[in-house]
Amino acid sequence: MINRKIAPEIKDATEFDITLKPYEKVTLDNGIPVYIIKSDEQDTLQLELVFPGGSWYETENLVASATNFLMKNGSGKHTALQINENIDYYGAYLNRNSHHEYATYTLHCLTKHFEALVPVLQEVIQDPAFPEEELAIFRQNMKQRLAVNLQKCDFVANRHIDKYLFGEFHPYGRVSSMDAYDALQTPTLQAFYKQHYTYNNCKIFVAGHLPANLIELLNQAFGKEKWNGESSIIRPEIPVITAEEKKFRIFNDENGVQGAIRVARPFPNRYHPDFPKMLVLNTILGGYFGSRLMSNIREEKGYTYGIHSQLYNFRQTSALNIQTEAGRDVCEATIEEIYKELHTLQKEAVPEDELHLVRNFMIGSILGDLDGAFEVIQRWKNLILNGLDENYFYNNIKVIKTITSEELQELAQEYLTPEDFYELVVI
Amino acid sequence: MIHYNKFTLANGLRVIVHEDHTTPMAVVNVMYDVGARDEDPSKTGFAHLFEHLMFGGSVNIPEYDEPLQMAGGENNAFTTSDLTNYYIQLPAENIETAFWLESDRMLSLAFSEKSLDVQRKVVCEEFKEHYINKPYGDVWHKMRDLAYAVHPYKWMTIGKELSHIENARLEDVKDFFFKYYRPANAILVVGGHVTTAQVKLLAEKWFGDIPGGQRIQRNLPIEPPQTAAHKLEVKSNVPLDALYKCYHMPGRTTKEYYATDLISDILGGGASSRLNQVLVKEKKLFSNIDCYHFGTLDAGLLTIEGKLVKGVKMKDAEKAIQEEIDKIQQTAIPERELQKVKNRVESMLAFEDMGLLNRANNLAFYELIGDAAMMNEEFSHYEAVTSADMHHEAQHLFDEKNSNTIYYYAG
Repeated sequence: MINRKIAPEIKDATEFDITLKPYEKVTLDNGIPVYIIKSDEQDTLQLELVFPGGSWYETENLVASATNFLMKNGSGKHTALQINENIDYYGAYLNRNSHHEYATYTLHCLTKHFEALVPVLQEVIQDPAFPEEELAIFRQNMKQRLAVNLQKCDFVANRHIDKYLFGEFHPYGRVSSMDAYDALQTPTLQAFYKQHYTYNNCKIFVAGHLPANLIELLNQAFGKEKWNGESSIIRPEIPVITAEEKKFRIFNDENGVQGAIRVARPFPNRYHPDFPKMLVLNTILGGYFGSRLMSNIREEKGYTYGIHSQLYNFRQTSALNIQTEAGRDVCEATIEEIYKELHTLQKEAVPEDELHLVRNFMIGSILGDLDGAFEVIQRWKNLILNGLDENYFYNNIKVIKTITSEELQELAQEYLTPEDFYELVVI
Repeated sequence: MIHYNKFTLANGLRVIVHEDHTTPMAVVNVMYDVGARDEDPSKTGFAHLFEHLMFGGSVNIPEYDEPLQMAGGENNAFTTSDLTNYYIQLPAENIETAFWLESDRMLSLAFSEKSLDVQRKVVCEEFKEHYINKPYGDVWHKMRDLAYAVHPYKWMTIGKELSHIENARLEDVKDFFFKYYRPANAILVVGGHVTTAQVKLLAEKWFGDIPGGQRIQRNLPIEPPQTAAHKLEVKSNVPLDALYKCYHMPGRTTKEYYATDLISDILGGGASSRLNQVLVKEKKLFSNIDCYHFGTLDAGLLTIEGKLVKGVKMKDAEKAIQEEIDKIQQTAIPERELQKVKNRVESMLAFEDMGLLNRANNLAFYELIGDAAMMNEEFSHYEAVTSADMHHEAQHLFDEKNSNTIYYYAG
């Protein structure tokens, strides 16, 4: 008989050798860099075009995201329907995204259809028409969506906490509004497009099973012309203005049965030496299922379905944010427990076995996250766009493997003082 | 083409091994043939509550999560109306930890009163978060109740009401466990950087001595054909009017399922789909509209749901949907459009298969509904669908008598 009380032997995290597969880099004729991770195990590929067209660069609210969204809705040659039909016909997905810094277009498709899809991609990127009617539909539908979201306590809480952390005029704290949608005008979008979506600002990231003529196809579509001309983008300095008050209570729905709780504080950005250390402390606090917050507030008290803490990955500056939705009558008790957990991390060193577990969990998780070409290119993209290289990645791993309980306690003493946190409940 | 090997232990546990040596990881997926449809109508939400209790410690291992995290692993689970699935991903070197944990909780749970007490509260908060405290969150409770007369799809997986969860007793938990959570009723899939020989040894070692139990024989009430349209008006504190229409559709294992699935894609799949193009873009009656179904094993519901543009009348919105349905019933789907939805399925299946966890989960699912080999035949069923098949299916699918409509008014 086996003894089921004894756990099988395990290989320890510190023994795993994690390597970030290097990318290949090719430069198109006009200078656009193409970063490539090949993998022939599947019949699929992913191609992403990245531009410095995020909200950081907009002079009017929502212009960056509206421009990014509407580029796909009609070109000089085709209507939105024709473009969509063409993408759908090949079973492809063309997703657009606009963040604080960058705006992207990402194509996912079966490799065999890539060649047929390149002209569509080219049109969307180089020849968007911004039809008035599409803007009108966008405006109306986004306003309707916003009206629904504004009834959700978690959505409202997310908007407010970022405003307290960064200021309502800062790109990290600015939020959408009915007025801002109404104010959107086609010429503004066109101008924003012309300035930010230019050949010299474009970077391409490709992963998966690639056609043999990939570079030739990309050169034909994106590498020949100096499309949209040369434009130099200067990243303006925008100051963060944090809120004076620290504690907020908002009643959004009188019949609400839960409150959305946010407890957050500013934190230095990823270039600061404390950042990788904080990734470990954050995991202990609220970054995995066995975290202090989950164990106490969900698994011990049953106040919530889930509670998490996260470290924002924003470029200028970051924040540590604890978030949960808890029963209406236990919101204040939940906040009290959150502070207790912060205090404990300040007062007592993290026990060796818990730190050991968190190291192993984090390393295992990175190993799993790096499984597959799409995931690897994603890592590289984040490094490259932030002006970093693989040393940053390997340093983070080294921190996970070697950080001590003393260092974590010092970090907690510096950054986890409850009085430094903004506190919000939206019911 | 997904490769795998299959064997069955003496106690009836079906084991599937999917080797993939391109990854350093392994996954262990355990699917139990039990879901919300197997619940007592007075104790709904139980299969899902039970899933939570599976993390509350087992007979020989007080903590489930800790040793797994120590081995660099992550896990989760989900419950549907039809089945309950548990999965683990961890570095392949530490695979035995997963066998140890999964086999012990199949052997027996710890049945702790404390765990039940806490998870009842956690699930109640989950219920509130997703179904009470969200605009339109109650619509599926109402729709299932409207559409089903007798079949247990009448209630949602989370449960019919909070009190059913609050009243769950430890006795119920034990009964449920020893009835359903038996090797004979489970499928184990191991995937990733492992060998079949290694899995055979480990499966025998850890699962071999668990009493097999009985494979459950279902005798669920069969939903009779609907003979009159069902309609319900709701007024609620939401900002926009919304319209929900559901039609009874064939179950997942029928031949007719595939044509029906393609019909839903013609109507609502992708930005160029008919409902999106005509009702959102051209007629501007809806700010968003979708057509989907849940792929349930027993006869399910094909759903059309949309939010009306402010100022649009409910009957105009409904009429416009009906016009699109009439078109599907009266006119053959053009060849290119049919090819489009087939291409979309092909692509979706390919992207789904990229993830190791997905592959393991799908192998378990196809084994549960008949044979893991069906996973590799899936696309051929879609390829075989003709425009005439879809035309045929659309006739009774979209019969007015087969419809269930909720008019959800902003108030």
